Amino acid sequence: MKELKDLYDIVIVGGGPAGLSAAYSAWQNGAKSVLVIERDRELGGILQQCIHNGFGLHHFKEELTGPGYAHRCIELVKDKSEIECLTDTMVLSVEKDKTVVAVSPDHGLIKVKGKTVILTMGCRERTRGAIRIPGERPAGVFTAGAAQRMVNMEGYIPGHKIVILGSGDIGLIMARRMSLEGCKVQAVLEICPFSNGLTRNIVQCLNDYNIPLYLSHTIVKIHGKDRVNGITVAKVDEKMRPIPGTEFDIDCDTVLLSVGLIPENELSRGLDLKMHPLTNGPVVDQHRQTSLPGFYAAGNVVHVHDLVDFVSEEAEIAGKFAALEAQGKLDGNTKFVTVTAEKGVRTCVPQCLNLPEAGEQVRLFMRVANPERKVKLVVKSGDNVILQRMLPVAKPSEMIAVDIPAAKTELIGSSLTVFLDKEA
Amino acid sequence: MSETRVMNCIMCPMGCEMTVTIDDGKVVDVKGNTCPRGAKYAHDEVTAPKRMLTTTVRVEGGMLPLLPVVSETVLPKEKVLDCAAYLRGVTVKAPVKTGDVIVEDILGLGVNIIASRDML
Repeated sequence: MKELKDLYDIVIVGGGPAGLSAAYSAWQNGAKSVLVIERDRELGGILQQCIHNGFGLHHFKEELTGPGYAHRCIELVKDKSEIECLTDTMVLSVEKDKTVVAVSPDHGLIKVKGKTVILTMGCRERTRGAIRIPGERPAGVFTAGAAQRMVNMEGYIPGHKIVILGSGDIGLIMARRMSLEGCKVQAVLEICPFSNGLTRNIVQCLNDYNIPLYLSHTIVKIHGKDRVNGITVAKVDEKMRPIPGTEFDIDCDTVLLSVGLIPENELSRGLDLKMHPLTNGPVVDQHRQTSLPGFYAAGNVVHVHDLVDFVSEEAEIAGKFAALEAQGKLDGNTKFVTVTAEKGVRTCVPQCLNLPEAGEQVRLFMRVANPERKVKLVVKSGDNVILQRMLPVAKPSEMIAVDIPAAKTELIGSSLTVFLDKEA
Repeated sequence: MSETRVMNCIMCPMGCEMTVTIDDGKVVDVKGNTCPRGAKYAHDEVTAPKRMLTTTVRVEGGMLPLLPVVSETVLPKEKVLDCAAYLRGVTVKAPVKTGDVIVEDILGLGVNIIASRDML
């Protein structure tokens, strides 16, 4: 067992794709001591249970499985004397002076300090409690991710006749996964009038297996005393209220919930970081620095991503600038800009910019509020149009990334707004 | 007799909605695709649809009871469930390295099933 240092250039909380990508990028940018703290038994985060393929097309330029992508990330950090990784280690608190308190079976209670800290804790699933489904409280109700871990890593099948609530990508992937394991997936229910998953997943996870998708439907009651033995479903109106008289029953022994993800920010809240009400993550600038100097955040802890490729990209930014700061190489920035999502755009990350004199290329990650076709995305500062782009299709489930070239950042005043122009 | 079918391309996250005209079992026209991959997908989808398979096999003596596996290339879509059922009966012994062949030429389809992670 290696002795821990008292002071690291960077302490990274979370050893998933964000934490590992940040660690590698910090190393590339000259950090001499990086500590990654992971609570699971191994590095790689949630990707280790996402055994399907489709990862890495952007970042590694090939199609990988989840464990394959995790493996690539782990290879990047291993055997580097400047990067230490602790597994089975749970961070209990992060203090404002950048002391990180953690506990592990090997080290007991640990207190380490970073010149900078990167928060990469990822996100959590919303549970039955979070959406308040009425009915009995029998066994057989799982979040889709919990079921995914059981089926793909632990060797258990959660049930045989399955209904999935929520058509996000995890729900769709699990519909196919359970079918491949010989289970019967009775239906996928979606409260919105559109699916929240990628179209390709509707095709290859539902249509391929003849699994019906009920849009604008939800569960109004779960039945069963000890074990789920059925559900009652109803159609919902435009305000997502169940419509009386539209109820019907579906026979099932298992309900899987894929009803959204929430960035995991208990530690960030302890630091009183400024949080964004819609992303549920810390407000960050283009370097992924939070409202507290020296604290950076990247990946699903900032905003929930649909592609891990973008998580890696964002974490590389955080790693780079945390490393530069730790080495005292970060130049003071002169211009503070707020970035606001308006009309049709629900969220935009970063939410602020700290621009250097010379300007700097900035990438904005956005989500639209509703599905749209043929709209114009506009980035504006005051009366200056900084950038516009035609979008043939825009969906809430698919994050949009646009780059503002360094030269154009000169035109930016003290605020930037992004919105959709539907008249285009 | 020609017929038209509406399908979504699954080659990338854009998911273009395409209108495909089929005559005598062959694709004669594709509309709505933004790139040539859409046309190829439409052609494959009409004549011989193909899919990747990812699933797990049992592993003995490993740190986990299951090993995730992936088909090396695409399989005929109608054989995917048969392959998954076959793999439910397969058990391997740890250690396994990423890329190790777990099942050679599954069901005589000419495709290997390989490990998608290390299992110590």
